[in-house]
Amino acid sequence: MIPARFDYVRPGSVAEACQALASDEDAKVLAGGQSLLPLLRLRLAYPSTLVDVGRLPELKGVHDRGDHVFIGAMTTHDEVVRSPVVRDGCPLVALAAATVADRAIRHRGTFGGSLAHADPAGDLPAVVLALDGVLVARSEEGERDIPAADFFVDYLESSLAPGEILAGVKLPKLGAGWGFHYEKFHRTAQAWAIVGVAVALKRSNGAIAEARIGLTNMGPTPVRARAAEAALRGVELGDQVRQACEGAAEGTSPPSDLHAQPDYRRHLAQVLTHRAVRAASGSP
Amino acid sequence: MTVEQEIGRPRRRKEDARLLTGRTRWTDNLSRAGMLHVMFLRSPMAHARITRVDVSGARELPGVVAAFSGQDFAAEQGSLPCAWPVSEDIVIPDHPPMAVSEVRYVGEAVACVVATDRYRAADALEAIDVEYDPLPAVLDMTEALMDGSPKVHEAGNRAFHVKIESGDVKAAFRDAPVVIDRTYVQQRLIPSAMEPRAVLADTDGDSFTMWSATQIPHILRVMLAVVTGIPEHKIRVIAPDVGGGFGSKLQVTAEEVLCLLLARKLGRPVKWTESRSEGNLTVHHGRDQIQHIRLAADADGRLRGLQVDLLADMGAYLMLVTPGIPMLGASMFNGIYKMDAYEFGCTGVFTTKMPTDAYRGAGRPEATFAIERVMDELAAELRMDPVEVRRRNWIRHDEFPYTTISGLTYDSGNYEAATDRALALFGYDKLRAEQADRRDRGDPVQLGIGVSTYTEMCGLAPSRMLGEARYAAGGWEHASVRMLPTGKVEVVTGTSPHGQGHVTAWSQIVADALGVPFEDVTVLHGDTAIAHKGMDTYGSRSLAVGAIAVVKACDKVREKARKLAAHLLECSPDDLEFEGGAFQVRGTDQRRTIQELAYASFTAHDVPDGVEARLDSDATFDPENYSFPHGTHLCAAEVDTETGMVRIRSYVAVDDVGTVVNPLIVEGQVHGGIAQGIAQALFEEAVYDAEGNLLTTTMADYLLPSAADLPDFQLDRTESPATSNPLGVKGVGETGTIASTPAVVNAVVDALRPRGIHDIQMPCTPERVWRSLEGERR
Repeated sequence: MIPARFDYVRPGSVAEACQALASDEDAKVLAGGQSLLPLLRLRLAYPSTLVDVGRLPELKGVHDRGDHVFIGAMTTHDEVVRSPVVRDGCPLVALAAATVADRAIRHRGTFGGSLAHADPAGDLPAVVLALDGVLVARSEEGERDIPAADFFVDYLESSLAPGEILAGVKLPKLGAGWGFHYEKFHRTAQAWAIVGVAVALKRSNGAIAEARIGLTNMGPTPVRARAAEAALRGVELGDQVRQACEGAAEGTSPPSDLHAQPDYRRHLAQVLTHRAVRAASGSP
Repeated sequence: MTVEQEIGRPRRRKEDARLLTGRTRWTDNLSRAGMLHVMFLRSPMAHARITRVDVSGARELPGVVAAFSGQDFAAEQGSLPCAWPVSEDIVIPDHPPMAVSEVRYVGEAVACVVATDRYRAADALEAIDVEYDPLPAVLDMTEALMDGSPKVHEAGNRAFHVKIESGDVKAAFRDAPVVIDRTYVQQRLIPSAMEPRAVLADTDGDSFTMWSATQIPHILRVMLAVVTGIPEHKIRVIAPDVGGGFGSKLQVTAEEVLCLLLARKLGRPVKWTESRSEGNLTVHHGRDQIQHIRLAADADGRLRGLQVDLLADMGAYLMLVTPGIPMLGASMFNGIYKMDAYEFGCTGVFTTKMPTDAYRGAGRPEATFAIERVMDELAAELRMDPVEVRRRNWIRHDEFPYTTISGLTYDSGNYEAATDRALALFGYDKLRAEQADRRDRGDPVQLGIGVSTYTEMCGLAPSRMLGEARYAAGGWEHASVRMLPTGKVEVVTGTSPHGQGHVTAWSQIVADALGVPFEDVTVLHGDTAIAHKGMDTYGSRSLAVGAIAVVKACDKVREKARKLAAHLLECSPDDLEFEGGAFQVRGTDQRRTIQELAYASFTAHDVPDGVEARLDSDATFDPENYSFPHGTHLCAAEVDTETGMVRIRSYVAVDDVGTVVNPLIVEGQVHGGIAQGIAQALFEEAVYDAEGNLLTTTMADYLLPSAADLPDFQLDRTESPATSNPLGVKGVGETGTIASTPAVVNAVVDALRPRGIHDIQMPCTPERVWRSLEGERR
């Protein structure tokens, strides 16, 4: 398909980009284009102007900031996957980013673009939510921190205000004793997750001290599996883990589409949470 | 001089350097001075009367040269052709390229815009105003045939009914110890060629040239003349390099006809290229049958009789060979098996969906699926091994030629050899042991083993048989072989490759036939002004029919060269032997090479009286019989009973495609074919909603597997040459697709049979597998 007419600007700085966005309420930010361009081509979106921030150096790169890792919004998935800082500090992010679409898309698509798009079927929103990441927004007024729990508002809707750009994400380093896993269930390698489960797990003396679980594609936004998190606290690694994961889908409202009905997604959430928890705990 | 035989050599393809490095021009890359771009406004309604079309808004927009409704073309656009009226009483509805008064599927063209670029054309589509008066959609074949169903066409929803009987079916079923009765659904598929359809039409005012991403430039030319009334000799059709077809480009499309008419009306070149979503809506779809199959057998597994009753979804109209597709399967439901009686019935049904037509295998995958699935069901019923039940019924290798219950004569084959080889490669007994172990342990991941022993009819087709089947054309193929003055060879073929590698394979064949180097042969094709006669490429016909015409033309070249050589060497033609590209007088060192003779015919200084000074020759080959590749495919599938996910663990294919000209090309065809068959088993399905909207318009919804989703295939071959052609070749374009779908589904069902499951509707998605298990758990 062919997109409708739009203007294109490539600002030289984040400040310029914010200005361009503030001056035109129908303008959209263009990052890697891997989600936006299909929408344009299908004529599901008619932005007046694309503000291309994809090459702004100040939005790119991974930075070790002591207690947390900062990933610039325009860092590509591929750069995230290969970053030693991410692999060491936030292995869950590297694991999940490696499952995004295919190699070509991972070289174009950006970490921040994927989060700002706020597609609950994307892999990274659930991961950032599970890790209690903090999203950093910039506008002409300055910078503000948005906790992941407040960032994802609805389907394809974030709490970024008009004129705001996602600058990057702060991801806490969880330190020793934590295990991680991203369990993605999809029909073909390039397809979106029917359900995905991101788990960060702290072990202590053969039991689970703490579990943080983010669910992909189990509602209009990424969600935490709070009931399972609570049930897992203090559970010894072994047979009881499965039972503790039975509440994984509690409180979710999974979508219905060609690939799965809600009841099947709820079932998958339980099974996959169990598998992800076992994998994160190092169990075979 | 001894020359290594070319036939059988794994030659890399001559085409690939050009195709893989982008040094070719696909239809969409072509540009003509003053070229315009057309885009079509398509119906959003499955079924409606068109009450008003107003294109005036579009005409006013910048860059727009013209905009038309169907009404504007009503007098000249004709009706898209159906060349296969399978029965006397078949209903062939009028099929205007652009709808005039009624739309019958979502995606049907209702208006078009011609503009200076595609962007402006696309924008202008939004300025066209169409008013519809909705009519009820007709989506379910069974309901469509009920009294009182809304009608797709005035004449009703039944396009045709055909019944074929052979042997005493009643007797075969009477008192039969075992009767298996099943209904299978062949889901609707969307052919997904890598290159989208594209058309460019140009005119010099009097005559017309069309470039199209088509499999059938020759048939297209005839049909364009018939549909539009433009004289055939004023139309030239060119199929440049074409990026795949799988049957989807075996069609005369609305867009082709309209580009031609627009070029005539506007006097300028007009181009159209579809988008992928537009293609999902409007490339003809494949499969879509409901198959009721009944099998009668003795207690020892011997087959007595087979009854097949099909409902075949035609979609909204009959396109080029739409009604013929299920009929191509009519003689294939009996597979490789002997039986006493067979009955086949087929009803073609109109629905308000995109028309169906040829898709890789075309009727034969559907038939093979049904018989191979039901053979597994018979084995299960009798508690026999599925290989054993096949062994008891198949035609033994010493029984060829064998005339089957459906009337075809299979000329050659060796099912025992292919099966034994496949079982050994697969490690059948070891996998059965693992399966038993997993069952005993209650492993959440169960193992299933699927068998498919298939044959197919290839090499379309003996013209007389096509005549008997009421097909409007013949099945011959044409070739010319030209000897150039320098001894190089130019081959003109009537086949129209779109990925098959004919240039390479034909070069190998000619190299052997004339004793010339492989590199010295070039092959021309796909342009009706160059390859003036041809029946094009589909139905695994190119090698088994088209290449045989090349062989026959080479025979003629050799005979002409022999006469010239005898004259120059002052001997009798009978004293000459041809070897290594030269004629030599027996027992002497006197010889003339084919290149010397080509030059001698060019100078013509010393050509005998009454002999034409050329070696160039033409031949047309019309096969006497189809060819019958066969093989045994085995699939091991792991089924995760907790999630329903199916993973193919190993896959073995032992195919017998007769003589192999180029093993690399054969393996490529088998790989792609198996992938496409697995795709039907596990991934692909065109889905319409209750209002008749296609839901699978993008690749996010219509899932195509990639290499990452498929196992390594273990391939091997047996070789029983075909007896119906001098090369012994059978064709390989469709075998993998035909064989693999039932192998995979048989494996999935085999894994779950202890849970009381004996069928899973294709595609066997994780959700469907899980729901089947849930149904059993309840």
